[in-house]
Amino acid sequence: MTLGKEEKTPAVTEDGGYLPGTHPDLPPPSSVHGPVHWIKVNLFGSVVDTALTLLAVYFLYSALTFLVGWMFINAAFTGESRNDCRAVADGACWAFIGNRLSLFIYGFYPEPERWRVDLSFVLLILAIVPVLYEDMPQRGKALTYSCLYPLIAAWLLVGGFGLEKVSTDQFGGLMLNVVIGVTGIAFSLPIGIVLALGRQSQLPIVRILCVSFIEIIRGVPLITLLFVAAVMLSYFVPPGTNFDLLVRMLIMVTLFASGYMAEVIRGGLQAIPNGQYEAADAMGLKYWQSMRLVVLPQALKISIPGIVNTFIALYKDTTLVIVIGRLDILGIGNSSLADTKWQGLSTEVYIFVALFFFFSCFSMSRYSLWLEKKLHTGH
Amino acid sequence: MADTESRTETDAQIESSKGEDDIIKIVAMHKWFGEFHVLKDINLTIKAQERIVVCGPSGSGKSTLIRCINRLEEHQKGQIIVDGIELTNDLKNIDLIRREVGIVFQHFNLFPHLTVLENLTLGPIWVRNTPKKEAEELAMKYLVRVKIPEQAAKFPGQLSGGQQQRVAIARSLCMNPKIMLFDEPTSALDPEMIKEVLDVMIELAETGMTMIVVTHEMGFAKTVAHRVIFMDEGEIIEQNEPHEFFNNPRHDRTKMFLSQILAH
Repeated sequence: MTLGKEEKTPAVTEDGGYLPGTHPDLPPPSSVHGPVHWIKVNLFGSVVDTALTLLAVYFLYSALTFLVGWMFINAAFTGESRNDCRAVADGACWAFIGNRLSLFIYGFYPEPERWRVDLSFVLLILAIVPVLYEDMPQRGKALTYSCLYPLIAAWLLVGGFGLEKVSTDQFGGLMLNVVIGVTGIAFSLPIGIVLALGRQSQLPIVRILCVSFIEIIRGVPLITLLFVAAVMLSYFVPPGTNFDLLVRMLIMVTLFASGYMAEVIRGGLQAIPNGQYEAADAMGLKYWQSMRLVVLPQALKISIPGIVNTFIALYKDTTLVIVIGRLDILGIGNSSLADTKWQGLSTEVYIFVALFFFFSCFSMSRYSLWLEKKLHTGH
Repeated sequence: MADTESRTETDAQIESSKGEDDIIKIVAMHKWFGEFHVLKDINLTIKAQERIVVCGPSGSGKSTLIRCINRLEEHQKGQIIVDGIELTNDLKNIDLIRREVGIVFQHFNLFPHLTVLENLTLGPIWVRNTPKKEAEELAMKYLVRVKIPEQAAKFPGQLSGGQQQRVAIARSLCMNPKIMLFDEPTSALDPEMIKEVLDVMIELAETGMTMIVVTHEMGFAKTVAHRVIFMDEGEIIEQNEPHEFFNNPRHDRTKMFLSQILAH
């Protein structure tokens, strides 16, 4: 043993071989191991495999070269009209998007006040961090800020108390999507939890109320609810009171998502074995304690895929505000297509809008995967 | 016939020692699951520090009986008085009793999303309002007692069945109960793990804890129990001190049960 350790450099015999006991550990030859072997077996294993592989490579190559060429290489990034773009390149005309970018982001928010939107976006990111990362230092204090954020944002965006008032009619573009989406996401989860627990309640009145609420909300399309919010809700408030249309939409979108959320969470609650409730009861925990400390942490963890699914659906549904005459990012895109200077650029607009939603939703989905992994405790 | 005989005898035994230290008193208690009459006219008095083993064929109502004692099951008729407090629909009484009664389940029922230490401190912190640090010290003390202090930071899913059950016992003890109920604590365990759990239970018995144990471990019953109760079809058929119970069973059903369970 000691001998083998001492002789680190293998001694080589005259004819190029190794002396007994000094053969080094070599990796297996590439014909049975490693990427070359993998490609050989999986991609070129038979004639059919080889043909399919070559075909796929050809399609991928032509699609990618076309896409990259259109989007980047042959694209025009500056210009004042479509003709400017045409003059430079025959690919995408991103100058259009760049030209309209502030409209896409802020809608009709008055220009001198747009710093307030920027500030509320920055504060939003700061408010989301402590919610998403359990391990951050000083999380308790940070969470207090997160809870206060909706009030701060409402003040910043709407104004009053020293800031100039901005009517919610002027909200639009991406900020409208974010306002509705974030409000819906932030409030639908707690409301959904309460509804799901209410549905399991021992008290018949609570149970009936929750079940009917969930079933009614789920049984009606969101567009219908938004019409109700736009038209009918004003019948129910005293005449003369101005119940802001945006607030009505926020309420409807939130309630709609809560109905779905409640059912997703109910699924999680049903997966919790009875023994967990019994152990919590036997320990002397009160109802809300056992829910908060024992049942919900497990039920919500199981429900993460469904919850995020609902979040993503809600976020994309924010484009539906177009039906009651509000222009979100998609609405702004649609209406700017009518500009004669920039005619025929619908592909660019829709790709831009699609990318915005894709990146928002894709990050949510990645975060949820990360969270699921983190919360996995080996059971 | 033999049934009434044995009951009058044990009644007499209990009568002689009756007094302040009756910690559990069950009088003419009945329970139904829907139409099914699970427990029929149960009368049972248990003294403080007494150790009882309840056995009987499956479906005989043993588990239901002990689950009635901390109100995991509701009885419909009769009285259950634990430590001087009668179990009624009054939530306050239920809370008071649950603070005094610990239970260990067949399937451990540890909280899988919490570490072993957090499982143990949950009750003390939220029910007894113990400061976190003190609760953790208490938890470590009991983890040492069940011989797994090194597992404190792990999650229950990472432990073996025997270790999980020992954690469950420690979790109950952290609440400082006067009575411990065991609902078939070794039935879900692999044979080689049964001993480590029984050892912990025997040590607990030596401290003078009042214990009611539903189990098929007759060796444990012989060495630890003060009294063995045999139940069948929702009734207490026979109860006696272990030596008499095993060597001289009076009721035919007891004899049959013992012959089946001790056959191998």
